[in-house]
Amino acid sequence: MYRAPDGREVFVLDCHTHFWNGSPENQRNIHGKQFIDCLYAYHAHLSPRKELWEKAKFEKQPVEQVYNDLFVEGPDDMAIIQSTYLRDFYKEGFSSIERSSQLAAVNPGRFIVNGSFDPRDGERALEYIHYMKEVFGVTGVKLYTAEWNGASKGWKLNDPAAYKCFELCEKLGIVNIHVHKGPTILPLSKDAFDVHDVDHAATDFQGLNWIVEHCGLPRLDDFCWIATQETNVYAGLSLALPFIHPRPRYFGEVIAELLFWLGPEKILFGSDYAIWTPKWLVEDFWAYQIPEDVAAERGVRLTDEIKEKILGLNAARLYGIDVEKKKAELAGSPIRIAAE
Amino acid sequence: MNAPHVYDIRAREVWRRLAAVTDPELDEPITEMGFVERLEVSQAGEVEVDFRLPSYWCSPNFAFLMADGIHCAASEPSWVSRVRVELKDHCFADRVNDAVNGGRSFEAVFAELTEGADLSEIRQIFREKAFLRRQESVIRGLIAMGWSPARIAGLTFRGFDALDLGGQPEAAAQKPRYRELLRAEGLACAPEDPVFTTWSGEPLTAGGLGEHLMRLRTLRINMEFNGALCRGLASTRYKEVDRSGGEPELIDFILGRVSPRPSQESPVSRG
Repeated sequence: MYRAPDGREVFVLDCHTHFWNGSPENQRNIHGKQFIDCLYAYHAHLSPRKELWEKAKFEKQPVEQVYNDLFVEGPDDMAIIQSTYLRDFYKEGFSSIERSSQLAAVNPGRFIVNGSFDPRDGERALEYIHYMKEVFGVTGVKLYTAEWNGASKGWKLNDPAAYKCFELCEKLGIVNIHVHKGPTILPLSKDAFDVHDVDHAATDFQGLNWIVEHCGLPRLDDFCWIATQETNVYAGLSLALPFIHPRPRYFGEVIAELLFWLGPEKILFGSDYAIWTPKWLVEDFWAYQIPEDVAAERGVRLTDEIKEKILGLNAARLYGIDVEKKKAELAGSPIRIAAE
Repeated sequence: MNAPHVYDIRAREVWRRLAAVTDPELDEPITEMGFVERLEVSQAGEVEVDFRLPSYWCSPNFAFLMADGIHCAASEPSWVSRVRVELKDHCFADRVNDAVNGGRSFEAVFAELTEGADLSEIRQIFREKAFLRRQESVIRGLIAMGWSPARIAGLTFRGFDALDLGGQPEAAAQKPRYRELLRAEGLACAPEDPVFTTWSGEPLTAGGLGEHLMRLRTLRINMEFNGALCRGLASTRYKEVDRSGGEPELIDFILGRVSPRPSQESPVSRG
């Protein structure tokens, strides 16, 4: 719960968080080291100085710390933990559904744990989707199209094998598909950040919600166009929101474009924890106003009501959460911090 | 510094030419982005250039375009006998280096990853983006100077050359770069040609300027996103380079890495 300076209580559903293990013990090779190093560079570059972490703290967080950063110090009411395997880089996977589910079990009702799959696994991917549904009851997945898998260095959402997976997801009620776009490697002859595969998949699977993380940046124009055409395409603010600190005017231009093209109902807050913590992001966002000239050019406003939608109400709708009921439930069950 | 003067002159010549190589995604000279880490010229005219990108994960086709650009630029002086380019610390460094130094095409080295296509399409896309990005900077400068849409749309090549953008540093910096692409693409040649056109050559109109600028804005948002991340990654990454203990080399002076301020954190000027 975020309490605004005027006393307003804002429901926060953090759509993009991780419970990862990027520590050297889990790294399979140089790629694993380079991957977490790259995320750490994002952290070091965009965070306010007082929020900077040591490298070791960044590589792996204990359970208590996650609860503290998100729910005690942090303003989140609920958080969605995304799964990202990167098995070619990490021995036990970077962020696995099994490990995240253990974390979630400590405080029931606080987390939604999303799964992941790799269509290039063929039949095994389909079996795995069944497994995630039966064992963990997933309602969403996070897909990372730039993931390496043996000789393959990436895949597209409109690959035939991916379509088989989406058909199954739709059948099983796994309806929220978070997509992490680029930089994809494949095909090398094309634009590495291309988002057009989202267009095909969203058109062909109207029953699924497509949440494109970091709102398609750096292909915001293409993304906005697609999201305007497709009613089931949403913008995740992860990675875009932290710009609010070092480059507030730039963030204003991004959010103005999103409000203009997508409208306030299709933008979702995500902290990208543990790259950043939600506390400062939510505080900065609540205090933020789009520069006047930018807002005037696009004819948009970022009101408190719109901020509430972005911070939690939009995602609650996608995940079928009754916000009032949830608030009452959480009020009656304070966070328990338990050792791993 | 022990480098003989003759090497100094030659290295400077190569350096100037490298400044024409841009990061395709950002349209910024690689020399200004700090990507070029080492430049050495031997007495026999052999040139060696090492470069490193902000991230291990930069797309290999972008990395290749830069490596290829460096190779071409460094080969230009008549005295150059051989060029060796080395991309450091990249997930596909070996293959990019093999391609660019072995004179093999990108398509040949990455055959299984390119679906048979070559890089001409992507080169063209980036050229268009660079053109529009440069154009936006100049137009926004003119708007800040109080120019009306009609006056902007009516600007000719001759008028453009006579422009004084002194009060608008970004527009002034982009003006010669915009001109270069206008000429190279044949979009404006004669003195009376309109200087602001679309990429396909249609002159901008006063009425259409607003909409055109909206499009350019989203393009800039994209490029700035990568630019900001790349600069951030570079500043974080290059801090880890251990160059301590060594004497500054010629390249460090060219790069301005030898800081007069001892407090500045620079990988090479430390200590």
